[in-house]
Amino acid sequence: MSSQTLTAVLFVTVVLITVGITFWASRQSSGTADFYAGGRSFSGFQNGMAVSGDYMSAASFLGISGLIALNGYDGFLYSIGFLVAWLVALLLVAELLRNSGRFTMADQLAYRMRQRPVRTAAATSTVVVSVFYLLAQMVGAGALVALLLNVESEALKALTIVGVGMLMVFYVTVGGMKGTTWVQIVKAVLLMTGTVLITVLVLSKFHFNLSELFQAAADNTGKGQKFLQPGLKYGVSTTSRIDFLSLGLALVLGTAGLPHILIRFYTVPTAAAARKSVLWAIGLIGSFYLMTLVLGFGAAALLDTGPDSKVAASGGNLASPLLAEAVGGGAGTTGGAVLLALISAVAFATILAVVAGLTLTSASSVAHDLYATVFKKGKTTEKDEVKVARIAAFVIGGVAVVLAIPAQKLNIAFLVALAFAVAASANLPSLLYNLFWPRFNTRGAVWAIYGGLITCLVLVFFSPVVSGSEAALVTGADWSWFPLSNPGIISIPAGFLLGWLGTITSNEPISAERYPELEVRALTGAGSEGAVHH
Amino acid sequence: MAEPTPDREAVDEHRQTTANAAVYARLHETAEFEELRRRYRSFAFPATLAFLVWYLLYVVMSNWAGGFMDTKVVGNINVALVFGLLQFLTTFGIAFFYARYMHRNVDPLARQLEEQYNSEVPR
Repeated sequence: MSSQTLTAVLFVTVVLITVGITFWASRQSSGTADFYAGGRSFSGFQNGMAVSGDYMSAASFLGISGLIALNGYDGFLYSIGFLVAWLVALLLVAELLRNSGRFTMADQLAYRMRQRPVRTAAATSTVVVSVFYLLAQMVGAGALVALLLNVESEALKALTIVGVGMLMVFYVTVGGMKGTTWVQIVKAVLLMTGTVLITVLVLSKFHFNLSELFQAAADNTGKGQKFLQPGLKYGVSTTSRIDFLSLGLALVLGTAGLPHILIRFYTVPTAAAARKSVLWAIGLIGSFYLMTLVLGFGAAALLDTGPDSKVAASGGNLASPLLAEAVGGGAGTTGGAVLLALISAVAFATILAVVAGLTLTSASSVAHDLYATVFKKGKTTEKDEVKVARIAAFVIGGVAVVLAIPAQKLNIAFLVALAFAVAASANLPSLLYNLFWPRFNTRGAVWAIYGGLITCLVLVFFSPVVSGSEAALVTGADWSWFPLSNPGIISIPAGFLLGWLGTITSNEPISAERYPELEVRALTGAGSEGAVHH
Repeated sequence: MAEPTPDREAVDEHRQTTANAAVYARLHETAEFEELRRRYRSFAFPATLAFLVWYLLYVVMSNWAGGFMDTKVVGNINVALVFGLLQFLTTFGIAFFYARYMHRNVDPLARQLEEQYNSEVPR
């Protein structure tokens, strides 16, 4: 069996397993608590697996090892930022949010603010963050399939993206949160197993000696010790160093503002279970990122990563699959073909699971925040709301497909880092102010969300990422004046500042009056939503 | 002077207050709740400050302290790698100690207050 056939068979298997799970879950779901929050009946461990599944996206699995393979030590900085960020979620957000909200990120703001403005703002930023994140995953899927089948065809990439889009709409509309959570759990197991396997195989080639692996990477890339030291990519100029600091901030503060991660905390019955799920997630994600170090340096040591190589042409995204082929025996061998197919299927499962999680998040927010509260003013039935969520999933899936097809030249890591910057600038300030600042009010929340969001988007639009550099989206014109490719260092403080300014310039005693209720509920869980029993 | 008239629409737009609001307000004033908040914050806030400073130190040193970060510790393992791995270690450590602290010092008090709430609210 050729590598392509085997890959195709494994891809189909992944799709069949996930479709099966979705049908099974749909038979056990009814009502909004099931659709949005999986009945709040998952255990801390199960949800920890699902959180890890949601978090370890194509950007983590394919992106980071690729960045390490190409840029050496500098790529490892991503792993660290993505992991440390979980402490913000654990210490300040997960438990309090679980107790004070119901289905979406906006719930805990609406607890003491005017519902319509804050829900509209929160739903807008939820959809923006999720669409950026979705785009990255779908672009990854297109590139992965096209390069695996060895066909550089725009039509095939577009077809893959449409296929992924249809699948994700199916998972969400049929399986809801319960189906999506089980897909995440299965994916997390596949991803961890695949990564451990390749890591052990790589290490065995170097007598399980890290120093030997690093030496081989330094030699094979021809960059010597520089490859093992910080600065190869970001140490070029003062601007690039500040850019790195900006990226570092966005990474560490972004996680706790990602809507698709936040709503995962609603799938467990208690705050203690939410804490336990973050602990499991930190353990799993941390071990995974430690292994990306071996995968990245392994790819640098064993593959050709020069400017004309396949790894470099894919922006590093194919480093992991090609490394799997190499440690399996190399191109043309059975072992190589099996491992390449296996790791590619794992990457595909990763992409499918993450897009499902993102679509569900945006669809929930549109149905629960915009439709039920803003349009219908709460006068709607559960059945109607779930129906609207399904329609929204369909529309958002369509939008993501339409945007992803022309976006195939966009850099995946850029899109994900941008999603993190938007999350940190628009969502984190209002979340933290609401939980810890009694005086915080509606205008503060609205200014923090729109202010962070708009600052972030405007700075990106005028950055060298969009125009005025060789790798820019638009070539031939230059309207850039903002020198950094990640806006976090400006837009995150802007979000906090505007939230503070909006609050102190408006008088809304009712928000402060209700803070004690929110605080008691958040810290004790008194009166919070419990598990659904069937 | 009369009380300022509340903006009618703004009040409508807020979630309706429930009969339980009084129970929440009462619990908020108890010494137990004050203690619960103090215990939670006395761990979460300093720990957050500590790991953010520690992480930013790492980012800044990677950027601007090349000479020190490039120093070899053993074989090809340099200070930069050890520093990076220490970030993993401290993340695992803080997560573990936070969970243990909350389980021992905060959860029992939170459960006690939740039970008090349940006993005061008609089901």
